[in-house]
Amino acid sequence: MSTLLDSGREDASRRDWQHLLHIDAVLLFGLLATSAFGLMVLYSAGGQEQSILVRQLVRLGIAFGAMAVVAQLRPQWLQRWTPWLYGLGILLLVAVLVMGDVGKGAQRWLDFGFVRFQPSEMMKLAVPMMVAWYLADKRLPPTGSRLLVAGALIVVPVVLIARQPDLGTSLLIGSSGFFVLFLAGLSWRLLGGLALLAAAGAPILWHFMHDYQRQRVITFLNPEQDPLGTGYHIIQSKIAIGSGGLFGKGWLNGTQAHLEFLPERSTDFIFAVLGEEFGLLGILVLLTLYTFIIVRSLHIATQAQDTYSRLLAGSLAMTFFIYIIVNTGMVTGLLPVVGLPLPLISYGGTSMVTLMTGFGILMSIHTHRKLLPT
Amino acid sequence: MSKASHISRGRRFVLIGLMLAGFAVLAGRSAQLQLVDQAFLQEQGDARHLRVVQVPAHRGMIVDRNGEPLAISTPVQSVWANPQELVASPGEMARVAELLALDVDRLQRLIGQRKDREFVYLRRHIAPDRAEQVMALDVRGIYLQREYRRYYPAGEVAGHLVGFTNVDDHGQEGLELAYDDWLTGQPGAKRVIKDGQRHIIEDVENIRSARPGNKLTLSIDRRIQYLAYRELKAAVRQHHARSGSIVVLDSRSGEVLALANQPSFNPNNRRRLRPDRLRNRAVTDVFEPGSTMKPFVIAAALQTGKYRPGTRIDTSPGLFQVGVHTIRDMHDYGVLDLTGVIRKSSNVAASKIALSLEPRTLWGFLSGAGFGVSTGSGFPGEADGHLAAYRRWRDIERATLAYGYGLSVTAMQLAQAYSLFANDGYRVPVTLLRREDPAPREAVYTPQVARAVRHMMESVVHAGGTAVKAAVPGYRVAGKTGTVHKSVSGGYAEDRYVAVFAGLAPASDPRLVAVVVINEPRNGVHYGGLVAGPVFSRVMAGALRLLNITPDDAPLLQTRSRHGGGPA
Repeated sequence: MSTLLDSGREDASRRDWQHLLHIDAVLLFGLLATSAFGLMVLYSAGGQEQSILVRQLVRLGIAFGAMAVVAQLRPQWLQRWTPWLYGLGILLLVAVLVMGDVGKGAQRWLDFGFVRFQPSEMMKLAVPMMVAWYLADKRLPPTGSRLLVAGALIVVPVVLIARQPDLGTSLLIGSSGFFVLFLAGLSWRLLGGLALLAAAGAPILWHFMHDYQRQRVITFLNPEQDPLGTGYHIIQSKIAIGSGGLFGKGWLNGTQAHLEFLPERSTDFIFAVLGEEFGLLGILVLLTLYTFIIVRSLHIATQAQDTYSRLLAGSLAMTFFIYIIVNTGMVTGLLPVVGLPLPLISYGGTSMVTLMTGFGILMSIHTHRKLLPT
Repeated sequence: MSKASHISRGRRFVLIGLMLAGFAVLAGRSAQLQLVDQAFLQEQGDARHLRVVQVPAHRGMIVDRNGEPLAISTPVQSVWANPQELVASPGEMARVAELLALDVDRLQRLIGQRKDREFVYLRRHIAPDRAEQVMALDVRGIYLQREYRRYYPAGEVAGHLVGFTNVDDHGQEGLELAYDDWLTGQPGAKRVIKDGQRHIIEDVENIRSARPGNKLTLSIDRRIQYLAYRELKAAVRQHHARSGSIVVLDSRSGEVLALANQPSFNPNNRRRLRPDRLRNRAVTDVFEPGSTMKPFVIAAALQTGKYRPGTRIDTSPGLFQVGVHTIRDMHDYGVLDLTGVIRKSSNVAASKIALSLEPRTLWGFLSGAGFGVSTGSGFPGEADGHLAAYRRWRDIERATLAYGYGLSVTAMQLAQAYSLFANDGYRVPVTLLRREDPAPREAVYTPQVARAVRHMMESVVHAGGTAVKAAVPGYRVAGKTGTVHKSVSGGYAEDRYVAVFAGLAPASDPRLVAVVVINEPRNGVHYGGLVAGPVFSRVMAGALRLLNITPDDAPLLQTRSRHGGGPA
């Protein structure tokens, strides 16, 4: 932990490989360790199929590659292009709603012929970047009209994505924007007001929800109500985790997962496989790895030298946390079912590339710092 | 970089705190599930993949008295589908249909109609290798179920007797039905691990072994059964008869050695089965026994002591008036002794004897011989026959009873009654199962009377008797013919007959009793001696030979005994 917090050792005069390659070794270690653990769990969850492992390895390669490339970009360059990225993202989101492909009952994809693209993925980064960009040269904490503009910058994409409908992603993007505001010093009184507003707005939100979203909330509140239908996922995953006990059933020995009772076991519900096979111990190991990554990311945020970088880095760190909490909370039955993968563990490509791009930004911020004279 | 734009220490702590709190809640939740609720959830998990499944039990075999199989179960597979899971391309579906010999459109419709069900048989009872081919297609939602199919090696020869089971292995007809509980096994149970697709992954433990059903050993001798069936079938065909039955008994034990009917059916292939072919007529259908009744009246007469074998009865002029009714003989037989009454089958004499006996006495002897009383064989749908209570007898009824009208019997009942003469007057109940213990016996006639009547009946197959063609070379045969006008509504049909022959052999030491009934012979001849007699002769000859029964009428033997020790 000392390396994480002790900035004194981060001697700016050092010209080591980390700064040359613009890679933060500590963060990279956390990411690689978590991914390796993830591959192990995935091998078991995917029915020990070589092809799944290979495909995931390719994705990880692409994602880490994207991270390395983005890390080379200077934060100032990123900052300059932020409004364009954001604008493009909004345009694409509108385009998706108008003419997007329907996949699994929701319009999320744009088909460019050669590649299918999910604009909401892009917005996961573009929204915190935009809010940070907007606030970077303003007086902080933001108040009045500035706050309203910042709020609008968040709410517009959130609503557009919620309309697709993709509740998980819009929640993630909303919170990423919120964390920028919070880090910018949003007053506690306003925070309290927002909380009240949220509580009051819940019934209104309920009114605008899709049936399947309402059903998820009902299921969350009482999964045993419909054990064969919508409650099935939650019951099966709770059983899987619970039957793991302290030390788990051992790698490749989970019955719930291997006998195919557990749905989505290599994607959204992979945490249950981990819980079943590695027990409470495995869960604690994973949480420790995650904590390591988040603490390091927050450390990068505090070390950042300009407002844009600082707000963006902090927001990315906390969004990663939200990602984890939403997924694991869902799998353990603490939160309603929201379709988000478990970062770095779940089988799947697009979101991993976005996630690693975010870590690339963090590395860029950390390794492009101006060298201050001691 | 102003200090104000730094992230405040407080906010940093809030974020770190938020994260730690979030993870702490998560870890706590995991601990709750994994440590506190573990036992419950573990049990729930087991409940989801541990299943108890039935192990089908083998249905007991049906064998003849020598252990030859008459009904055996062979393992087969049934193919079923879960329409809710079924995922098959049209090509796969066509292949499945082809392997199951089904029309693909019908198969699709079948599944379409049961979309909301979870179980539908696609095809039952197919050969295991064919089933493996279907499973090799690896179509999701198609499964196998192991079952047993009944196979009847004797086919139509023993079809009526053995009966058959339905597709669910429950007895439907014949002895399969009568002894269903005995034959049905106890299905076993085992605990298995099943996956989410309900495939059995692993056997965990055996809860209860499947107990196969019991073997049922019949009294039937398959060789005699084949012989009887073949001869009966030939006769029914030759005489263009409507139907026919034959029963062969071991007279000492009451065991039915053969029991066959025409028309028959093949229990292995019941696709085009007409209900009338199903009837085991020898047990379920009654007929008026006609002249085959006369020996019982004679025996009753002898038993009362009023008559002796030499007692003479005047039958002239071949007519006899009872009230307004006239009883006729074929010819005027003049004065007959009792042997003559049997040999010539005089209705007039039999009626006179019957009228001279106390109704109650006559009824007692007839009832004792099993007329109007169930044989107790236990065969489903067995008829009891009919013998009216003596109090209600009018004179004409007593008279006609003497030559076999006004009562009804089954072929098996008649065979059982004739075994009285073979058993020196003892009645032995018939059985369709092999007897392990000595048969219970009940005396009806004294041995002297039974032997006397037996002796009289020998004359029937001799020259001048009514059934010369019923004789068996090498054996002394005693029997009686019956040629019965069929009763139709409002009286008796002039031109429709039942031809009957009932007899036993060897007469010196009887072993076998046989009854042959040919219903409505329509090829010119209709006399019991001409139609049923030859069947009796051939079946009896074969059966005696098959059972290695010593001939008692061999001229060679007679020659030997006449010459004493012979040249020594």
